[in-house]
Amino acid sequence: MKRSKGKSPPAARAARFAPAQVRSTRELAALQRAMWTVISRPLTPSNRMPRRWTDGRPTAEIAAQIARPNDRLTSFERLEIYSRMYWFRVLDSLYDDCPGLRAVLGVPRFVKLAEAYLVKYPSRSFTMRDLPSRLARFIRAEPRWTKPHTALCHDVARFEWARIAVFDSAARPVFTADDLLDADPTRLRLNLQPYLQLLKLDHPVDDFILEVKQRAELSRGEASNTSLAAPTPVARGRRLPLPKPARTHVAVHRLDGVIYFKRLEPAAFKILTALRAGRTLQQALVAGIPRARGPQPDWAGQVQGWFRTWMELGWFCRR
Amino acid sequence: MPANRFNGFTDYGTGIGLRIPHYSHILEHKPSVDWFEIISENYLVDGGRPLAVLDQILEQYRVVQHGVSLYFGSADKPNRGQLRRLKNLVKRTNTPWLSDHLCWGSVDGTYSHDLLPMPYTFAAARRTAEKIRYVRDFLEVPICVENVSSYTEFHVSEMTEWEFLSEVVELADCGILLDVNNIYVSSKNHRFDPYAYLDNVPHERVAQMHVAGHTKFEKYILDTHDHPVLDPVWKLYAHATRLCGVTATLLEWDDKIPSFDEVHQEALKSREFIAEAREVQAAGRARRTAAPRT
Repeated sequence: MKRSKGKSPPAARAARFAPAQVRSTRELAALQRAMWTVISRPLTPSNRMPRRWTDGRPTAEIAAQIARPNDRLTSFERLEIYSRMYWFRVLDSLYDDCPGLRAVLGVPRFVKLAEAYLVKYPSRSFTMRDLPSRLARFIRAEPRWTKPHTALCHDVARFEWARIAVFDSAARPVFTADDLLDADPTRLRLNLQPYLQLLKLDHPVDDFILEVKQRAELSRGEASNTSLAAPTPVARGRRLPLPKPARTHVAVHRLDGVIYFKRLEPAAFKILTALRAGRTLQQALVAGIPRARGPQPDWAGQVQGWFRTWMELGWFCRR
Repeated sequence: MPANRFNGFTDYGTGIGLRIPHYSHILEHKPSVDWFEIISENYLVDGGRPLAVLDQILEQYRVVQHGVSLYFGSADKPNRGQLRRLKNLVKRTNTPWLSDHLCWGSVDGTYSHDLLPMPYTFAAARRTAEKIRYVRDFLEVPICVENVSSYTEFHVSEMTEWEFLSEVVELADCGILLDVNNIYVSSKNHRFDPYAYLDNVPHERVAQMHVAGHTKFEKYILDTHDHPVLDPVWKLYAHATRLCGVTATLLEWDDKIPSFDEVHQEALKSREFIAEAREVQAAGRARRTAAPRT
């Protein structure tokens, strides 16, 4: 057979997926892009790399352009090690960060959601901490992965991301009562701690997450005494009852390194949200306290109580 | 040559990785440990418990930063936001040197969170060295690159792994964090002689060593960091110590982490080999002193 000289035919050129040499940064990028494209394709249900490429070719053909086989492993198998490590790592990370979503969907559906999410939104951050940052947005945009619980899952994803943010966000020096002396409420602006997260939810997710945590702790306790104790319904995997819709305002905060959730009155939530938006104390109070005709509750006493608590919790900080 | 310009002229001894399951033990019992290696990324945050614990550790112990996401070998440009955070952490820890891996892991701004192997080409070495120099100039701290364990090789490679490592560190003028376990794992996966690897890297640039456990599968070995160090790795470590001198050494144990004491005891096994290497060095010095001058 005659070997043709010069350029390869167009079909062969089109079939080339990875560069045949790396003699420039551009070719290095092309090789890395090719390998990443191969190893980041979702695994099959049996956790293998898909046998067929997106255009119907055997994936082995693509892998053979990138990786050298050895006497024990084909090119495909060598890249498959990396593909499995990638998916196991990122799915494990989301699994750990999202116990609430797992409890709503069950593990198999959660894994499908997580995989679809990572295909659409692969990590754009150097740290895996940020992996769930766009999950709530994805759930809202693609409800098919979570229906009929999309609204609840959206709330849970926001809540779980808030917990991550609260855990390691900055804390500034606390605003003290002395700082308030002689302050003019029409000009006073109170800053909220960067770590404080304010959530307006359509479900009481805070209570639900507490139940999920309690159940996880119970399971851990049982797991360590499996030979001694008979399994309870919790250990047998009975699903938690899902929360019914109910408007809920929650502050997620931390104290001495521990994360807490605090339910807020709607007016308290509005005041805090207005303060966070940079309004003066007076403007925030006007925004928060409802104007109504007829007998009014004791707003002054209530607001004083809220502020006392928030000061004690260290939620206000200096600029 | 334990103290050199790549480890800030320090002589740190045997350390272990600072891991969350050991926090309370360390803070409560204040065990005697030469130094701790931290994973930088765990502390590139603005506040909260990670930094609070780190500050308590820094009051008592020497800390060295080790990273997993600088990806010197990625064709991507360095992430300046990440570097700014890293620089703040360097100021906080006062780390005498900073290490990360000789690998790639991001492409077009997307992160794999893995340590992916390099194609061993001259162009890749130049790009990698350029990024190491950039990072060192930005952070103003000596940089050491760690050889990774790998499971694949590339058609495009133009040299061996140790030649590539040598090329990169010479071009970047940086140090080496020699991971002896990774050399062992890759030597089995790619069938090369690990002693040839050790013999042919620039020993004067080795600023730190890693030892760890691995897991054998039917067709390959995986770098799992979930076991004690295996004998062949200790033998390689002894050889490396004879070649490079007594060097700051760290045991990595990242999965199925046992008690603090168990991890520390495993790390301290390195002292047997260090003592052996010191004897060999002392004997060599004695021979040189006794030899007649010509």
